[in-house]
Amino acid sequence: MNRRKAEEQIVKGLMGVAIAIVIGSLILVFGMVLVKGAGALNLDMITKVPEGGYYLGKGGGILNAIVGSLYLAGGAILLATVISIPISWYLNQDAGKSRFAECVRTSLDVACGIPSLVYGVFIFLIMVVIHQRTALIWGIITVAIFIIPILVRAMDEVMQTVSRDLKEASYGLGATDFETLRYVITRQAMPGIVAAILLAFGRGIGDAAAVLFTAGYTDSIPTSLFDPVATLPLAIFFQISSPYPEVQQRAYASGIILLVIVLVLIILSRFVSRRLMKYVIR
Amino acid sequence: MIAEIEMKQFSLSIDQTEILKNINLALPKNQITAIIGPSGCGKSTLLRSINRMNDLTEGLSYSGTILVDGKNIFEPGVDVTEIRREIGMIAQTPNPLPMSIYDNVIYGPKIHGLKDKQQKDEIVRRSLERVGLWEEVEDRLSAPANKLSIGQQQRLCLARTIANNPKILLCDETTSALDPISAKKIEEELRDLKNEYTILFVTHILRQAKRIADYVVFIYLGEIIEHGPAEQIFQNPADPRTKQYIDGIL
Repeated sequence: MNRRKAEEQIVKGLMGVAIAIVIGSLILVFGMVLVKGAGALNLDMITKVPEGGYYLGKGGGILNAIVGSLYLAGGAILLATVISIPISWYLNQDAGKSRFAECVRTSLDVACGIPSLVYGVFIFLIMVVIHQRTALIWGIITVAIFIIPILVRAMDEVMQTVSRDLKEASYGLGATDFETLRYVITRQAMPGIVAAILLAFGRGIGDAAAVLFTAGYTDSIPTSLFDPVATLPLAIFFQISSPYPEVQQRAYASGIILLVIVLVLIILSRFVSRRLMKYVIR
Repeated sequence: MIAEIEMKQFSLSIDQTEILKNINLALPKNQITAIIGPSGCGKSTLLRSINRMNDLTEGLSYSGTILVDGKNIFEPGVDVTEIRREIGMIAQTPNPLPMSIYDNVIYGPKIHGLKDKQQKDEIVRRSLERVGLWEEVEDRLSAPANKLSIGQQQRLCLARTIANNPKILLCDETTSALDPISAKKIEEELRDLKNEYTILFVTHILRQAKRIADYVVFIYLGEIIEHGPAEQIFQNPADPRTKQYIDGIL
């Protein structure tokens, strides 16, 4: 009896330590960004474009990078979702048990592990071959390609958890594979799909490497898909590499803005997810 | 006797294990046929063969024919979705779809092409009335189906199947997950429905079979031991194994 109690205490202690490490590092990162960046944070940061170049500009704001990141991640998530849903459907139809589907799953798992920089270089090479300059559209394509594996595998996992009973209810009424996937499996998995999209969005908006060569960098707000575009991670990268301490401080302020954007999106998706939970069968 | 379902030399194996052995059976129209037998004897597999639900099972092979209304359901080119519309199925545990009560009932007709809103409303009302659920849900048709009680959910599933305008209802231990009162309601509704539908009811509760069945099929280890009108099977079984099962010895 005492052994069991001790075991319980030890495991609970370990859980506490693990949680403390995660929460602690989060608080440290947030705290550091907040402390270092708060001084440079002002309304200009989010309402104006930079004045005086990437590394040296002490004035203006990063509106172009905020808008750029939202365009880029938004566009990429749209493109990736449109491509990922049919792939997850394919994996979850009847043929989903086939060896080929398992191959697709394994390839996607491998693709999840490839650094985003490699995707960036790949698209960059294509751009060179067809004589294209850096632009929003290429950034969107790069980010989409790099988040598709993450998105598909996450969607696939939630779709696989839809119970056989539920699928049979649909097939039993004479539904086809497509109807079952669309009306039943996707609906039942919807909260999970929203979570997957959010996860992928977070990866997309926070990634600097993938868009380094493909989206370019600019001080102005893009007006078409073929303009180069600035992103928040790249803005932070340039600001932090600046020799001037004032500009470095601005990097932390940009970090705060990126955190706030992600936070707002998470809260929003929680809200949407809860609404969608309403019809889910438990 | 007018036979609605005829099985001829029907055998079925899953991964080389024979589940059903040479089934020959003719089941009467507009009656409740109870399929009885111990667990794992192939009752559900037999039922699921009739609407080709077994097609979803991996490693399946079968031989022989099943005729529904004189048509072989295994004929190449036959539309499986149409077979499943005509032969509705109600599962063991209620399985409402992740949508509203209204959408659950209209799911079948909708996928089979019904668009007219007025007709849809009419079908929903009629189907829910048919299973005695209309008055309970009339004012909350757009509420999620998962908010209903288990008994109500099972009646919703029955309504959903009826909305598809089937000819045959397959019930796979449909009342086993329900409390006695809800189970009784379903039984009553099935008895009501048999004028319009041919009903097959898998059960391992003998008392239930005695209450509702007009015709009884006894399966043991994948073989049909005996089948015939309910009184005959229950009062004067021909095969000793049937008698043993009914007496609770087998």
